[in-house]
Amino acid sequence: MPKMNLSHFEAAILFALFSSAVLGVITKRTDAERLRYGVRCFVYFVAALIGLGWLMHFGHG
Amino acid sequence: MPTTPTKAAAEPAPPIGKWAPPVLLGWLIPGGGHFLLKRTGRGALLAVSVLSMFLLGLMMRGAMFQPQTGDILTTIIYCGGFLGDLASGLLYLLTSWLGYTQADMAGHVHDYGTKFLVAAGLMNVLAMVDAYEIATGKKD
Repeated sequence: MPKMNLSHFEAAILFALFSSAVLGVITKRTDAERLRYGVRCFVYFVAALIGLGWLMHFGHG
Repeated sequence: MPTTPTKAAAEPAPPIGKWAPPVLLGWLIPGGGHFLLKRTGRGALLAVSVLSMFLLGLMMRGAMFQPQTGDILTTIIYCGGFLGDLASGLLYLLTSWLGYTQADMAGHVHDYGTKFLVAAGLMNVLAMVDAYEIATGKKD
């Protein structure tokens, strides 16, 4: 099994992508709603990622 | 004076033969429950997502949790992590049988790997719940 080295950002984006896909598939009732919800989850994940990143940056001074 | 019922009548539990096969198959093979219920597209998306998370976790050399008890936090983290790993079904069982062992090491890549392995199992639990709801007619 090859070893993979990812940055924090790359790993978190991949996590957000696959988690959003699953959340989109299982929660809504129509395909259009699923797609919208999946995209919205992904955007929220990325927004939280960037927001928390900046918060930690300023928190550490 | 007429009395109004305060609680709706409890629904009878769905027969186990109806939901157990897709839920068990969904545990063993991520997305398998959806395939059994003829939800091929959704099953494929779930299978790809869970499998990708699990493989990425392995490639990042994530650690598998072993159940440990001690103080409350240790018990929750290690037993919960073990259950999360186990929820990946055949992926976890095959990985263990093939001898994958990885010590819990410092470093963000290992740490992400461990989280990816547990999250793959937790996503599979959500897929199993979805398969249960489809099998019992609560969802299309």
